[in-house]
Amino acid sequence: MELVVSLAIGVLAGSGVWLLLRPRTFQVTIGLALLSYAVNLFIFSTGGLRIGADAILGQGEVGTLAAFTDPVPQALVLTAIVIGFATTALLLVVLLAARGLTGTDHVDGRERER
Amino acid sequence: MPEAALLLILLSLPFAGAVAAGLLPTHARNAAAALAGVVALAALLLVWAAYPTVSAGGVLRAEFAWMPSLGLNFTLRMDGFAWLFAGLVTGIGALVVLYARYYMAEDDPVPRFFAFLLAFMGAMTGVVISGNLVQLAFFWELTSLFSFMLIGYWHHTTAARDGARMALTVTATGGLALFAGVLVLGHIVGSYELDAVLAAGDRIRQHPLYLPALVLILLGALTKSAQFPFHFWLPNAMAAPTPVSAYLHSATLVKAGVFLLARLWPVMAGTEAWFLIVGTAGLVTMLLGAYVAIFQNDLKGLLAYSTISHLGLITLLLGLDSELALVAAVFHILNHAAFKASLFMAAGIIDHETGTRDIRRLSGLNRSMPFTGRLALVAAAAMAGVPLLNGFISKEMFFAEALSAEAPLGLLNMLPFAAMLGSAFSVAYSLRFIHGAFFGPDPVGLPNTPHEPDTWMRFPVEILVLTCIGVGVLPAATVGPFLDLAMRSVLGDDVPYYSLSVWHGLNLPLLMSMVALGGGVALYLLLQRRFRSGIEGEPLLRRFEGKRIFERAMVFLSWRLARRLEGIASTRRLQPQLRLIVVVALLAGGLAVWVRGLGPGNLPPSAVDPVLALVWVVGGACALGAATLAKFHRLAALILAGGVGLAVCITFVWFSAPDLALTQLTVEVVTTVLLLLGLRWLPKRIQIPGDGGPEVLTHARRTRDLALAVGAGGGMAALSYAVMTRTPPELLAQDFLARAYTEGGGTNVVNVTLVDFRSFDTLGEIFVVAAVALATYALLRRFRPAPDSLEPPVQQRDQLSADPVGPTTARPVADWLLVPFTLTRLIFPVMALVAAFLLLRGHDLPGGGFSAGMVVAIAVILQYMVGGTAWTEDRLAWLRPRIWIGTGLLLAAGTGLAAPGFGRPFLTSYFDYLELPFIGKVPVASAFLFDIGVFALVVGATLLMLVALAHQSVRGRRATSQALASSARAGRTQVAAGSD
Repeated sequence: MELVVSLAIGVLAGSGVWLLLRPRTFQVTIGLALLSYAVNLFIFSTGGLRIGADAILGQGEVGTLAAFTDPVPQALVLTAIVIGFATTALLLVVLLAARGLTGTDHVDGRERER
Repeated sequence: MPEAALLLILLSLPFAGAVAAGLLPTHARNAAAALAGVVALAALLLVWAAYPTVSAGGVLRAEFAWMPSLGLNFTLRMDGFAWLFAGLVTGIGALVVLYARYYMAEDDPVPRFFAFLLAFMGAMTGVVISGNLVQLAFFWELTSLFSFMLIGYWHHTTAARDGARMALTVTATGGLALFAGVLVLGHIVGSYELDAVLAAGDRIRQHPLYLPALVLILLGALTKSAQFPFHFWLPNAMAAPTPVSAYLHSATLVKAGVFLLARLWPVMAGTEAWFLIVGTAGLVTMLLGAYVAIFQNDLKGLLAYSTISHLGLITLLLGLDSELALVAAVFHILNHAAFKASLFMAAGIIDHETGTRDIRRLSGLNRSMPFTGRLALVAAAAMAGVPLLNGFISKEMFFAEALSAEAPLGLLNMLPFAAMLGSAFSVAYSLRFIHGAFFGPDPVGLPNTPHEPDTWMRFPVEILVLTCIGVGVLPAATVGPFLDLAMRSVLGDDVPYYSLSVWHGLNLPLLMSMVALGGGVALYLLLQRRFRSGIEGEPLLRRFEGKRIFERAMVFLSWRLARRLEGIASTRRLQPQLRLIVVVALLAGGLAVWVRGLGPGNLPPSAVDPVLALVWVVGGACALGAATLAKFHRLAALILAGGVGLAVCITFVWFSAPDLALTQLTVEVVTTVLLLLGLRWLPKRIQIPGDGGPEVLTHARRTRDLALAVGAGGGMAALSYAVMTRTPPELLAQDFLARAYTEGGGTNVVNVTLVDFRSFDTLGEIFVVAAVALATYALLRRFRPAPDSLEPPVQQRDQLSADPVGPTTARPVADWLLVPFTLTRLIFPVMALVAAFLLLRGHDLPGGGFSAGMVVAIAVILQYMVGGTAWTEDRLAWLRPRIWIGTGLLLAAGTGLAAPGFGRPFLTSYFDYLELPFIGKVPVASAFLFDIGVFALVVGATLLMLVALAHQSVRGRRATSQALASSARAGRTQVAAGSD
């Protein structure tokens, strides 16, 4: 299982980095989205991959790590998902504004000189 | 009133007033002036209330622990000397506020002016009553900052911006030097407390670090007091509104420098280095400033250089190793404040009533504004040192000191002559000020017809001029006790005998005064021809303009050097920068593996489940597909990226993270909608072979990037695998699991972590989300689409042309999509219910504020998409995203702030069980309120962003029709022109 998830992370990160290095703003946006999937999965995986472990305590129960999933990476990733959404939105709007002002969707705000 | 409270209120009152003034409406001139006046008068009264203690030789103190581990306390300390300056700052401040009320125009944003003025007053008070040197340096920098705001108040003019920037650059740099000097001084003494420093005079002067400390502190003081060679910022600061000049350049900002010199005089003066630096700077500044002042054509410019000259005089007196000179310096600080503030105000009145400050254009104002003319005449006479006015007495003392000064250098032999020369110059420019503006024929061609100003605008000038006369005639009875008080607190019991009286008999200083007066008048008469020629600037020294040198240095530092460094070390292109980041990350990772090695993990890998493997085959394919298609097929890439998101979501479910899956799913929907809305504004891109430059280069570039991508992906995969096959550290997790229910009152540990254990993080996060949403909104308000995306897209046009009714119906989209439209309307309440359900159960079961907020946002955006903007907003007008954001932030922060009210640390949560009828026992936690805040914020922020983006289409359509209409009009005009 670990192999599958780490390969998945690798593919996502690789695709993300590839897009990040592309010249068009939309490519960079999608690239950042893919890269953030990869990073979120990675942070999540640091708590260990647990199939069928309980996530919810019983009434009055004192939880232990043996019986329950690790809540810390999950809380971190949950925050990261929301922040990621917010920054994607900001990036998109900045790119749109830049496109309106400069007339190009090249990441440098002007087409490449040849 | 207890001392500590008095000092604290005295310091905080102006700042509080500044905040209050800043919150007033933009044009509330009277309210702001009244507020500022009350604050200044109250501060003056507080200073007066301290007089009994101070005059009895006491020192008011207030001490608060600040950084005890570093031996730093927040100390306020007011002795006689500080008292005198605090009185000066608040007293002149009150007069300036009154004057400014009438000076500022109604259409200026006056509350902002008073806010800065009050804040500056607070900073200045902080400088004079600081009992700790580090704190003094802090308030010192604060005065630089607020003077920047004040000088640049009319920021639409270049002169104001440049003047403000120059003043800030020079004085704040000096302030940094002062800070460094203070640190050295504190190191020598072993304490930053002023009391300790003042008691360690001998140790300081004999310490090997004395010279560095002295030079650094003098850099601060001399830049602030506009001493040569740093004097050039002051004339450029004249672009400020005149009340600011009257305040900053008579009584406060520039006096901070000489205040510090006098404050540290007992412990740092008396050495050869002190005399050489301070004395020389003062002497040169006095002569240079006075000389340049004579040739200024601008009234305020003349006053600016005269200020420089008088500060030079004070500095020179402070440089002499004599207690009497110190007395003369402090006395002259007071006198200069009185006559210079009144002269600035008079210049402001002239400017206000005639529309110009140019001496060449002004003349004969004595007839149209006789009262102001007489006031200015007296003040200028005080500046020139005419007997029976305050300037005369301090000048006499200066002459006496110049005659008797002792120092190891022959330089001093010329001091009396230099003093007379400076004095004669000062007579000449005072004459020019008065004679040029008020005498001569009637003025012609002034912008406004001159007349007397408002009575209350003149009132502060009257007070100040009365002071000049009172001190000049009866010095011992008026200023005597205060001066004595100040000197006693600086010098202790060593205060020398000095006589404050007008007549000391026929002696050498009097003779020198007379010579200077006569010489000044003669000089003025001699220079008449040059003045009439109207040439700008002074003879001989024009080439040594500090301003030009400063500007050249700034251009070199901030432009040429920066450009050169950028050329060497950086690029403006994004791609190389990102590539560099990836390369460095890869190298860092590789280095770590190479140094430490990468052995196998201690956990055996678990068996591969074919279903999840299949999910990721699809997910990986989606990712690769998105990467390939993002350039030419954006929609496809977006859909594929959504597919990847779903695979991630399934993975979260698979590995027991229901909360994450829920959030991921909802966020995925919103993100996709958001990007879809953005697609319309991007340029059409069609694949043209050879478009990317020569084939070979493109190929090489891509290969390199592909290698980097594969490296990064491989690295991440290896890293993840290495992490996952090792036992995860327990750290906090065990603690959180154990306490989630027993102390947090919830069974959903992730949610309890978010809203309770780590709620400070969450609070910070929702503030970020709110800021991002507002930034998005602000950016989109000014959004200008590129010309080629103005027209409606092909799909819309096709649909409109195929529609027999046309776009006239109120809800076009609803008619085309009737079934989905009905369904979304039906589903809206259901989704709201789901959101409420998720929110309510969040503390105990998967759900919570984030996912509930996202669900509401999805529900609303669904109405927008299917119902159309106009239809939805007719019905959901109550949905005001900004109010949701505000409510959310207030609720979350308020829940946190309630805890200190119960004596607990910020954000401590509280929970209990309530017995409700019919429902039974339910847990009630304050964290739930926090979660509601998160919920409201997420709803508001998400909607604000989505709706703002969606509105662009509506606005875009309007812009298009306007553009089409105007081009049609232009066409018609052309046709009309052609037919003629």
